[in-house]
Amino acid sequence: MSTASIIELDGLTKRFSRKLDVVERFARRLGAAIDDRAVQAVSGVDLSIAEGEVVGLVGESGCGKSTLGRMVAGILPPSAGTLRWRGRDLRELSPADRHHANLKIQMVFQDPMASLNPRLRVADIVGEAPVVHGLVPRRQAEDYVAATLRQVGLDPAYLRRYPHQFSGGQRQRIGIARALAVKPDVLVCDESVAALDVSIQAQIINLFMRLREELSLTYLFISHDLGVVEHISDRTAIMYLGRIVELAPTPELFDKPNHPYAKALLDEAPRVSVEKRRFAPIRGEIPSPLDPPSGCAFHPRCPHAMPRCSAERPALRAIAPRRWSACHLNETTGP
Amino acid sequence: MTEPLLRVDGLKTHFLTRAGTVKAVDGVDLRLDRGEILGLVGESGSGKSVTGQSILGLVDPPGRVVGGRVLFQGEDLVGAGEKRLRAIRGRRIAMIFQDPMMTLNPVLSIGTQMVEAVQAHETVGRAEAWERSRRALARVGIASPDERLASYPHQFSGGMRQRVAIAIALLHSPDLIIADEPTTALDVTIQAQILFEVQTLCRETGTALIWVTHDLAVVSALADRVAVMYAGRVVETGTVTEIIGNPRHPYTRGLLESVPSRNRRGVPLRSIPGMTPSVLDLPEGCAFRPRCDRSTGACTTMPELVGEREDRAWRCWNPVGAEARGDAA
Repeated sequence: MSTASIIELDGLTKRFSRKLDVVERFARRLGAAIDDRAVQAVSGVDLSIAEGEVVGLVGESGCGKSTLGRMVAGILPPSAGTLRWRGRDLRELSPADRHHANLKIQMVFQDPMASLNPRLRVADIVGEAPVVHGLVPRRQAEDYVAATLRQVGLDPAYLRRYPHQFSGGQRQRIGIARALAVKPDVLVCDESVAALDVSIQAQIINLFMRLREELSLTYLFISHDLGVVEHISDRTAIMYLGRIVELAPTPELFDKPNHPYAKALLDEAPRVSVEKRRFAPIRGEIPSPLDPPSGCAFHPRCPHAMPRCSAERPALRAIAPRRWSACHLNETTGP
Repeated sequence: MTEPLLRVDGLKTHFLTRAGTVKAVDGVDLRLDRGEILGLVGESGSGKSVTGQSILGLVDPPGRVVGGRVLFQGEDLVGAGEKRLRAIRGRRIAMIFQDPMMTLNPVLSIGTQMVEAVQAHETVGRAEAWERSRRALARVGIASPDERLASYPHQFSGGMRQRVAIAIALLHSPDLIIADEPTTALDVTIQAQILFEVQTLCRETGTALIWVTHDLAVVSALADRVAVMYAGRVVETGTVTEIIGNPRHPYTRGLLESVPSRNRRGVPLRSIPGMTPSVLDLPEGCAFRPRCDRSTGACTTMPELVGEREDRAWRCWNPVGAEARGDAA
């Protein structure tokens, strides 16, 4: 499986730390126990994405899914771990090759109004990057942008307009066109349909699926919306507090989740159904990543927690072919 | 049938702007009985939030209720004076907003705000008001309410803040709560907790609820009845089973088909073409006509809300399943 992988993450970690200010440094010199405050947003994530695959990444706020996506897209440098592009460590590539690899991974953001420059016309927003990177000569830029717009279902007549003259759905199409303009192989979509109305969201999901067929794209599709991820992705990874707790082919994961958190998440996601239901929520809040619980991060909320869970962190282990889960229960209960 | 708790008749709320008159709400009829949960569903710009605000007379200028009646226990709130409305707001009808950070005062402790809310409507001592606030917090599932009353809003997480907002709404055991997208900003597990509390409270106290949302999944799990809004009008209303299981308006059907669900994995979604029309420039007749695959010549005149019962009706000339029954699931 790893032979055909286009992106491979190996122990990828991101730590955000805040430097101590003068007073705190002085206090520490006097003997106060003050450490740098560090948040481990992503801790040791292993994941390999095959060429042409759609991997969904699900989790609640603060679980590190966006940080992971940004590291994959090359926007944030990882604190530790390696990111391999077509089998080669990105750090060992020559600058020209690394540049090329970075260009092949593009990102589509959640809020197109915040990610499109309001002072640029669509022609420049979409056309700037391919010209700068020498993919298209400047004289042909306009035709190229028109073709890209057509690809995402926008009328090329809009070339001279500014972002504020579009509706939310159209703006998201512009964001997708901008990402596609540099001919990427991989799209990292970070909550790309979250801000849209249901009927528009369906249009954009269909667009993503059509582009995948036409351009044989690979997606890392980040979302908190389980329905969307279930619909679009081949495999799904569920994150909790910086770690992947379960990874499996989408149909299997949604039919029979293994990890207690995955179960809880799937149970509680409201679905459109005729029957009225009673909610039976899991207790407690998502812990702060500043001070994560010991052992398994989910143990304070887990209905099956046992003493071992607070002492030892479960590793992500294979529980079936192509299925991974990080839970001690898989060992104690046996097959 | 007995007089309903709330009856909205032909409500019209218009915004008089320089660009023209925006008919945000243009003839909405609703009815709600005691202890009933009504889901008010629509996409952005459909007028669902303005409808909720109009009931309580909370629409800011240039917006104005220009027509219709809001009968709350037989009393018309549209013509009521500000003094009368203040006596009703918070006491008989409470409102919960989407972002609790906007409704809670950031520089006052939760306790101070809750005591103030109690004393706004009743002459009770501080100690008693404090005790009532404590009980309200405990009721929405907040642990160690005494400590929490001394805390400030920024010390709470988003889900906890929304619980506090719900606790404040419950202080006077209102007859009706209007909740405007209160769980949209919350995570799935936290949303489930809030929905659980709300469901239990409505069952126990007999409080009626209007749940304004764009999320059909939440409504299908929570509500008794649903009203679907499009471009300022209710286009279909019925029980949850009727709306989800047998939608008659093409827009309702389109909305349901746009939701990614497990039986259509990987297959393109049947999305509604086009986008929501601008309320400044609505098409003549049925506002959904340009996006509708069933539209005919008749659709250039506005259809009436008709159907089997007063609370099972649709606003469409060519309802789904009219000539070919059985194509709806």
